[in-house]
Amino acid sequence: MSSARLVLADGSVFEGRAVGATGSVGGEVVFNTSMTGYQEMLTDPSYAGQLLTLTYPMIGNYGVDTAVEESGKIQPRGLIVREVAPVSSHPRSTSDLATFLAEREVVAIDGVDTRAITRRIRRHGVMLGVITNEPVEEALERVRALPGYDGIDWASQVSTAEQYGWEGFAEKHELRPAMELRANKAVVKPERAPAAGRPKHVVLIDGGVKRNIMRSLVARNCEVTVLPIDANAENVLALKPDGVLWSPGPGDPQVQNAQVEETGKLIGAVPLFGICLGHQVIARALGADTFKLPFGHRGGNHPVRDERTGTVTITAQNHGYAVDPEGLAATAEVSHVNLNDGTVEGLTMRDEPVMTIQYHSEASPGPLDSMGMFDRFVQMMDSAGGRR
Amino acid sequence: MTKPESVLIIGSGAIVIGQAAEFDYAGTQACKAVREEGVRSILVNSNPATIMTDLDVADAVYLEPLTVPTIERIIARERPDGLLPTLGGQTGLNLAVDLANAGILEKYDVKLLGTPLESIRRAEDRELFNDLLAKIGEPVLESEPCETVEACEAAAERIGLPVVIRPAYTLGGTGGGIAFTPEELRTIATSGLSASPITQVLIERYLGGWKEVEYEVMRDGAGNCVTICNMENLDPMGVHTGDSIVVAPSQTLTDKDYQMLRSAALRIIDELGIEGGCNIQFSMAPRKDVRDWEGDPSEPLPYFVIEVNPRVSRSSALASKATGYPIARVAAKIACGKTLDEIPNAVTQRTTAAFEPALDYCVVKIPRWPFDKFALGDRGLGTQMKATGEVMAIDRTFEGALNKAVRSLEFGRRTLLWEDPAWRDAKAINLSATDTRLWALMAALRRDVPIADLATETGVDPWFLERLQRIVTVERRLLSEPLDGELLLEAKQMGFSDEMVGQLADRLAEHVRELRLQLGMRPVYKMVDTCAAEFDAFTPYFYSTYEQENEATPEPGVSTVVLGSGPIRIGQGIEFDYASVHAAWALQDAGRRAILVNSNPETVSTDFDTSDRLYFEPLDEEAVRNILENEAGETGETPTSIVQFGGQTAVNLAEPLWRAGQGIIGSSAEAIDTAEDRELFERFLQNLGIPQPPGAAVRTLEEGLKTAQTIGYPVLVRPSYVLGGRAMEIVQNPREMVGFLAQAAEAAEGRPILIDKYLEGREVEVDAICDGERVLIPGIMEHIERAGVHSGDSMAVYPPVHLDDEERETICRHTEQIVLGMGAIGLTNIQYVVLPRDASGAPQVYVLEVNPRASRTVPFISKVTGVPMVQLAVRAMCGESLESQGYEGGLWPEKNLVAVKAPVFSMSKLAEVDTYLGPEMKSTGEVMGIDSAYEPALAKALLASDLAVEPGTPVLLSLSDRTKAEALPLVHALHDAGCDLYATEGTGAMLDALGIPSTVVTKVLSGTHPNVVDVIEDGTVRCVLNTPEGRLTGSLRDGFHIRRAAAEKRIPCFTSIDTARAAIETMRGTVTPEVARLDEYVAR
Repeated sequence: MSSARLVLADGSVFEGRAVGATGSVGGEVVFNTSMTGYQEMLTDPSYAGQLLTLTYPMIGNYGVDTAVEESGKIQPRGLIVREVAPVSSHPRSTSDLATFLAEREVVAIDGVDTRAITRRIRRHGVMLGVITNEPVEEALERVRALPGYDGIDWASQVSTAEQYGWEGFAEKHELRPAMELRANKAVVKPERAPAAGRPKHVVLIDGGVKRNIMRSLVARNCEVTVLPIDANAENVLALKPDGVLWSPGPGDPQVQNAQVEETGKLIGAVPLFGICLGHQVIARALGADTFKLPFGHRGGNHPVRDERTGTVTITAQNHGYAVDPEGLAATAEVSHVNLNDGTVEGLTMRDEPVMTIQYHSEASPGPLDSMGMFDRFVQMMDSAGGRR
Repeated sequence: MTKPESVLIIGSGAIVIGQAAEFDYAGTQACKAVREEGVRSILVNSNPATIMTDLDVADAVYLEPLTVPTIERIIARERPDGLLPTLGGQTGLNLAVDLANAGILEKYDVKLLGTPLESIRRAEDRELFNDLLAKIGEPVLESEPCETVEACEAAAERIGLPVVIRPAYTLGGTGGGIAFTPEELRTIATSGLSASPITQVLIERYLGGWKEVEYEVMRDGAGNCVTICNMENLDPMGVHTGDSIVVAPSQTLTDKDYQMLRSAALRIIDELGIEGGCNIQFSMAPRKDVRDWEGDPSEPLPYFVIEVNPRVSRSSALASKATGYPIARVAAKIACGKTLDEIPNAVTQRTTAAFEPALDYCVVKIPRWPFDKFALGDRGLGTQMKATGEVMAIDRTFEGALNKAVRSLEFGRRTLLWEDPAWRDAKAINLSATDTRLWALMAALRRDVPIADLATETGVDPWFLERLQRIVTVERRLLSEPLDGELLLEAKQMGFSDEMVGQLADRLAEHVRELRLQLGMRPVYKMVDTCAAEFDAFTPYFYSTYEQENEATPEPGVSTVVLGSGPIRIGQGIEFDYASVHAAWALQDAGRRAILVNSNPETVSTDFDTSDRLYFEPLDEEAVRNILENEAGETGETPTSIVQFGGQTAVNLAEPLWRAGQGIIGSSAEAIDTAEDRELFERFLQNLGIPQPPGAAVRTLEEGLKTAQTIGYPVLVRPSYVLGGRAMEIVQNPREMVGFLAQAAEAAEGRPILIDKYLEGREVEVDAICDGERVLIPGIMEHIERAGVHSGDSMAVYPPVHLDDEERETICRHTEQIVLGMGAIGLTNIQYVVLPRDASGAPQVYVLEVNPRASRTVPFISKVTGVPMVQLAVRAMCGESLESQGYEGGLWPEKNLVAVKAPVFSMSKLAEVDTYLGPEMKSTGEVMGIDSAYEPALAKALLASDLAVEPGTPVLLSLSDRTKAEALPLVHALHDAGCDLYATEGTGAMLDALGIPSTVVTKVLSGTHPNVVDVIEDGTVRCVLNTPEGRLTGSLRDGFHIRRAAAEKRIPCFTSIDTARAAIETMRGTVTPEVARLDEYVAR
């Protein structure tokens, strides 16, 4: 196996083995502490432009299964792990991770001390880095030459180019009904039975959506139309949606000025649910600001408290920026906070059907405990429909 | 919820199989947590060898028998607001239910905290539990509760064999099993029904070969739920989880599988309404090529909920240590009314307990079975747990953690390379579930048995087998390739010890070590921090691995390493953890940094806040030397070590550490050698003029026979340097000698075998503390059973009842001479035998054994005398004289109390193991009875060890000729107490001659009925007195069935006339035992 190294912007070097495709890739080095769900993470568009470090040391134990992919491609620029499992075993596995990485031409490195990398990022914040087989000096130059992560509109790069209806899309691409959906159905009691009769029509603004969001909506008797990120409010409203879901996605919400403005026009006009990037864009539309976290929240174990009930839920998270509630419109309030660092995890509006969450109710990977947020969204559409 | 003012916490009693040291760990954490909340903690436990029964752990400590009447008296005295029943294992939980059912909780207005009574019932009663699962839409395994054998047969007919039989309300699966045939069904159903306190078993569909996965979950009073850890068993369904090799986190579950089961676990704990911790076991469908099942694998995999423990359990102790999350502590705080987000996280010091640990390592637990002691026991593993303890190891890969865990087991010197000689032929490899299956799998892989075949045969997931195969591949490379840096690193990352590498690469371990150090290949230490390094953490809890960054850099100050005692096993129990913990605390009090090394996840010593730094590592030479070098840092000066508190495990490290030039404080390696080397010791005693039974160390059978001839039979034969009297026996004649020496030679592992004259006298034991100048003897203990019964299996009385002043003085004088003469610093344990005075009139005190270390009686004596023995010993080792600590030499004034320590056995769980008392230790734990006089103290000890005999109890007598005369007064006493007597043929004849009526029952099992086994099984007799003649004679074999039947029926069975006398004399107690706090007794 050929050697490879990870070189970080601060000059630190981690020697390891090349896995998957060979070559050099650069990006923002981040870490995720989930112990399962590597394939879901590899296909999560929110990792665009990043080198993903997984803190769990043995990755690939249960092989790969295309049914669990969250988008059509591998999203992070590269993968950093302690060990790409040399063996894998699972009833649904069709291949192993090393083969999968090679087939998808993912540059990855293993045999590195991922805990040391994680500790460095935790202490010094996320930083740029490259995975490469080049000598250290050249690698360092390559790192220096990388454009900063923050200034780039990553969400537009991963958004759909064309509008599409989810069900037709899923059928066309032979996305076999994801088993997690059925698992979710079995395990998550809808807060109340979905309204019978006409399905809700949800327009989804795609800044890097994960498929489990669409699946979770379909499971609740919704029809989903996916729009590109640059859709304006008129386009959205023209589709006469019962509700709009503003998707998660990668990158700095500060570069989404146009979307913030268009989103502002939707507030009050249609029930609105924002997740992750969607939450940040809606927050900005409500007057709040956003800032970059030192090393983000990425994992499946983040406690979030619902400020109205006081209950704590363990959530899946994947974000590098957070909302500063200073400046938030008086009509809105912080509904959820992160117990670890007190950052904003959700917003609601007092008089309008708007709710947002920073964490990922769609899980995949991660705990299913927040699936009920989709029920709330349906409920919100129900009540708004009654009013209109 | 309002905060209670005072809480009663019930401990788990003696250590037995299925309930080990984990509950000391849980109870200690709970008491501390409750006190932190400003709530008065009242503890009751009968086990003196625990940290939780230390006076400063709880506000009030009761060392009293765990019975409903006793606890009622404590409740009446203390009037607690609440009862915390979930931290004392199944014992504590069952007692809470009994107290509630008896109306006692209501009578005294005591609230059950943590888990509502209704939840306990719904979790423990299978019918209610299945209803609950059905209600929340969880899959219910086909099963039927049955209360008679006939009902079991009918249920098995409906479900179809094979079936699992699970007794209700038992611990460690006692009495249960898997029945493949109608005969097995009847046998197991019978034992299962008698094991269940409510005479109920569950007949359940058998999911052999399915995956077994566990989740540890917590819930607070506000309904917040979190998962602490999930674990996957290497052994599939069919082997009790306590007997399974367990890995954390799960390895072969996808995120979908993981979350599906996690969600199910949270729904179950929520529905049960538990406030605290809970363990949930699932069974999940395996790969179809391993075991076929109906259904489509592209659907969510089918699973079943197997069992729920609505309490802190063995698994939660493991989960705590595997993650760093203090489950028992948090559970206790929740019981006091806190919510998860109100409880601070001690690890990060800024987040809260409301989170889920993220692991960035792999944890492997391997059970420690007692089959080194019980070679003839049934080694098959099933639904009934047989392990006495366990080890855990942590590394960044499964292979690394597995190899380190095996190294931690101390099962002989067995590494993963060990093979049964019979396995040379691949066909002879036994792959059924036994204690050696892991090694059998390795052997099969070495012989190229295909993984697919192994998976189908054993149900072990191919993932584990492939990983084992990788270890085999490296073994082969070590055998055939030159040992270069790359290969060595690969081996080290897989957890191979230098010794294993050397064995394969044909080098000495020390040479491998030198090569490794030349290559700069040292382990680094990584922190267990609950969060995969996401937050800055303050847990001084480390494991080794071969990687880049070392997180355990040396800290300023003088450090001392305390070597722990490894897994709980017969002969080396929780007492040594008690001593290790106190040693760490004493070092801290002396202003030193205490560094602990241990491999046992069930203990207080491996709690990260017990010491300044915890290394969770094997207790072998390599691991300890690496730690010492890591602590040296740049200066090169390594810390000193203490070896005398970790039992034989730590003492055995004295010599290798000394050879490696490492400093030991306390008794030196030479002093230890004086005590343990037979010849040195004999010369030493001769010089002091102290008598010992004549004997010699031998290496061959011829020498053995000659020695025995010279000193005269009976003789005591035992290997040197082993613990718990393993392979020790009283041998009556040359014929027995020939048979027995072969066994002893194997256990001795090349070291000499000791043969001593057997002196049948009164056995006495002392523990002494020495600072180099003075010797303090906190107390003398007298054994109830005469010499010949292992001291660990004897009942011991403090202060001695039958010794006169002159004998006491002689014992103290000998002790002083020996301890000072050896140069022992710290603790020494000496066992004596006192014979009746001869014509000279001088006391006859012989030395049997000297242990230059803390013994198992240290916690007992510390507690009853109030002398902080470990503290004094450690300070003495650090150079502080006893005098400067406020103590003088000599015998500590005797307390105005009587305490009796009684052994507790786990014999009902170990099929085919003979239960008679002899020189080889068999007990797994101990209890204590304490009172102001001998009789009530003895009564309490008997009650707490389930040996109490009530007047009128029908008794079966089967006495050896040698003991018949001695037994006469006892037989009369039983008769006078209204006990119906049953007797075997010979004993019956004696009774007849005496005119005592008895019913003769035959011991010929193949003949007429009822025979001896029948009368035990059908409950005709409820106590057995059976005195066997000797290990290798016919009478021992005859009595075997009697003793096994009694063990399985769980009725008292006395094999020593001395224990029987104690029980019978106490039967008609004239004094009502007191109930008082430990400090009240001690203050008198």
